Amino acid sequence: MTPADIAAQVVELVAAAQPGAEAAVTVSRETSALTRFAESFIHQNVADEADVVMLQVHVDGRTASAQGNGTSAEALTRLVESTLAAVALRPADSSYPGLAEPATLVAAGNWDGATATAEPDARAAVVRAFVDAAAGLSCAGYCQTGRVEAAFANSAGQAVSARVTEAGLSAVARTGRSDGVARDAGIALSALDGHRLGAAAAAKARNGMEQVDLPPGRYEVVLEAGAVSDLVGGLLWQGLNGKAVVEGRSFAQVGAQQFDQAITLYDDSTDERATGLPFDAEGTPKQRLELVAAGVVTGVPHDRRTAAACGTTSTACAVPGGERWGAFPSDVRLAAGTGDDLVAGVERGLLVTDFWYTRALDPRTLVYTGLTRNGVWLIENGGLGPAVSTLRFTQSYVDALAPGAVLGVSSQQYSVPGGVAPVARGTGSLVVPSLRLASWNITGGAAG
Amino acid sequence: MFDVATEAVEAAVAAGARYADARVKHQRYESMSAQNGALEDLTQREAIGVGVRALVGSSWGFFAVGDLDDAAARRAGEQATAIARASAVVPGPDLDLLEIPVRQDSWASPCAEDPLSVSLADKGDLVVGVTDTMHRAGVPLASALYQVWDTRTWFVSSEGHRIDQHIRECGAGMHCLAIGEGSTQRRSYPAFRGDYGTAGWEQVRATDLPAHAERIAAEAQALLTAPQCPAGTTDVILGGEQMSLQIHESVGHAVELDRILGWEAGYAGTSWLDLAQLGRLRYGSELMNVTADPTLPGALGSFGYDDEGTPAAPNDIVRDGMWVGVLAGRDSAARAGLDYAGAVRSDGYARLPMVRMTNVGLLAGPDSLESMIAATDDGIFMEHNRSWSIDDKRRNFQFGCEIGWEIKNGERGRMLRNPTYTGIGPQFWASMDMLAGESERRFWGTPNCGKGQPGQVGHTGHPAMPARFRNVRVGVTG
Repeated sequence: MTPADIAAQVVELVAAAQPGAEAAVTVSRETSALTRFAESFIHQNVADEADVVMLQVHVDGRTASAQGNGTSAEALTRLVESTLAAVALRPADSSYPGLAEPATLVAAGNWDGATATAEPDARAAVVRAFVDAAAGLSCAGYCQTGRVEAAFANSAGQAVSARVTEAGLSAVARTGRSDGVARDAGIALSALDGHRLGAAAAAKARNGMEQVDLPPGRYEVVLEAGAVSDLVGGLLWQGLNGKAVVEGRSFAQVGAQQFDQAITLYDDSTDERATGLPFDAEGTPKQRLELVAAGVVTGVPHDRRTAAACGTTSTACAVPGGERWGAFPSDVRLAAGTGDDLVAGVERGLLVTDFWYTRALDPRTLVYTGLTRNGVWLIENGGLGPAVSTLRFTQSYVDALAPGAVLGVSSQQYSVPGGVAPVARGTGSLVVPSLRLASWNITGGAAG
Repeated sequence: MFDVATEAVEAAVAAGARYADARVKHQRYESMSAQNGALEDLTQREAIGVGVRALVGSSWGFFAVGDLDDAAARRAGEQATAIARASAVVPGPDLDLLEIPVRQDSWASPCAEDPLSVSLADKGDLVVGVTDTMHRAGVPLASALYQVWDTRTWFVSSEGHRIDQHIRECGAGMHCLAIGEGSTQRRSYPAFRGDYGTAGWEQVRATDLPAHAERIAAEAQALLTAPQCPAGTTDVILGGEQMSLQIHESVGHAVELDRILGWEAGYAGTSWLDLAQLGRLRYGSELMNVTADPTLPGALGSFGYDDEGTPAAPNDIVRDGMWVGVLAGRDSAARAGLDYAGAVRSDGYARLPMVRMTNVGLLAGPDSLESMIAATDDGIFMEHNRSWSIDDKRRNFQFGCEIGWEIKNGERGRMLRNPTYTGIGPQFWASMDMLAGESERRFWGTPNCGKGQPGQVGHTGHPAMPARFRNVRVGVTG
């Protein structure tokens, strides 16, 4: 049976067992494969196939959900019975937003047949190319492929299905004193150039071997895509999130100029590079969602529940578990700017590759602490100076992007593997440029 | 289920594997959360399948399926071997597996009250009731959560292992958020995401959430107007829950052998520890005695056998301040020339077993929280973790706590908000000069330890108690 067949069958089972019950079903058929390497050899190489069936029922003002991985008639019947048994024990759900009405998809989902059926040899060949291009440096990372065929159906008549693929490579080359990283992601394994990425990682690693210590203080910074992806993730997790807004713990004020006019952030599953499904966990079709336009907060991701609480409509960002975590976009883009060489304009500052282990000290001010990783360089008079040892920062992400704080946005965007959020069954993508920011608060170094 | 696992292993070996093992896992998960006196979410998940690991030459392969018929099991075994062959495109050095006793056994964790048999209504009443209490006490956001895991595993290896285990884990917690002008303050009990154990619902009953709801609500509100934790260098006393986090991050992960060998360099990171220094490196003060002990009854990192079939056994990690042990698996131990493994687990049938913490924690010291405060002229007592960040070698850390108290002339003084402290692991542990005793030692459970690609969520235990550290940098802010 196809995922759409299974979803329809579960809706029918609920109707037969409990006439009048509202049911929403997502069925996801997933194949995930990941080839992992370290010390320049493949040390973990895995693949798994899974069907996931998620059911939500609403009966007499009460709501319950359950999930299983069986698709036999017996397993589906058991899932329906256990969910209906659970709903009877729940208290009234006064904020139940109702089911998504029938609507057609705006996008079909991006699919690459060769990636969907990629054999382990194909991933290993990409790894081989990366390791060879690193020319003797120790390499560690992964190459992965995935496919998701998913369907949604509910008792209001909404029924949609789509399929997507994704491929990604993220790896470091290591000199023993420094690491250099390179990454790429997209919908097709064939687009991943292991040789190019291995050479780039090795070059960065070799350029970072001699490191100097820097004192704490405020520095102008150029953040590469890896570090920028952390900023974007922080904004989405803690603030640009409908649940956070409803609960009053978000910084976001829709309509306010909270960021520099160089910042435009949006979610777009219609993008040709999108790897997310074109519908969310509630079956709402995705379309381009503007979150920040020229620095003005124009919207926050909503599912049906948080949208109702805010008097608006869903933005198709519902995810499994959203009752607890809120809504998340799946294909996030930070708009490119016009900068060709962000380093060239910096008199004295830092070039930062990645941030690592970042944690919010306060969800309202979005003050984060974290460290640099995979290379930092001092910028002097518009050129790269010596590499710098690992730095710790304590910095508000909102303040870092505040009006006047963004001095440059690169014209080139980079696809960062992994996305930013627990997206509705399947994958997600994140595409960001590099940023030049006026001030970043360095609060310590590797020595403390 | 043993037949399914056996079918998979035999298929992997027939396809050319020199070693293979398989785990059939049947997992049930249930959680319920409430907010402000209303139920927020009830999650019930069930998954069953088989995962097969095959070794060809020096290369591993792993394949998992959610079907349990013979054909699916055979295909999983064959695919695991095929993947292992593909791994040889980028081969590593010769690989051995540490020899372990071959067992046919059955093991179940202690469980007095099956958590999945407790009525949903009763469990709902608990989380709804405490959030209602906190909300009525004046905090705008009050949340509570319980989680239950019920895992049955059938493990078979080509060496002859045949082990089934039934592990039940659960726990609960609550927190509240007071929202002020431009900032928030959080208080939790017994920890932000709760405290968990390899135990039945008796674990949740013993936690006694209702007894603490009003107190943490009052503390969260008081924190909004409390003085800011000062910046500077001072003596710090950490409560037991924060100590469990300190151990987890700056000891537990640092002694994972896969990190030390560089096998996690691409993601989780490496370690500041060098195997050449094992047995000769000072990790901390002489008060520091850390063990990894999966046999502790009720602790969240306990089991009968790990996911390679190695029987649970305690292992010294730090003895009298000296680094003496690691967390290892059969392949990493053999690579490092060590004679013990037993710390390899997977979080489900579809994930490759990897080195994970068991119960990594401190043995008791001679002091008490009361005696530490009395012995401190000028310092800060911090408890309950709020934020945690540590570098990829597990040396440089900065941790924030929910609440602090000034200590002056041996007495606990005024409340402090936003307490943070930062340091370098070995220097910090070397400064530990007081450690509470057995009566304050508690097995804290961490249910959300992330590691691996694809990601896995580990359950770890951490025996911990209050301790004092000298001359610590505190009060770092943005």
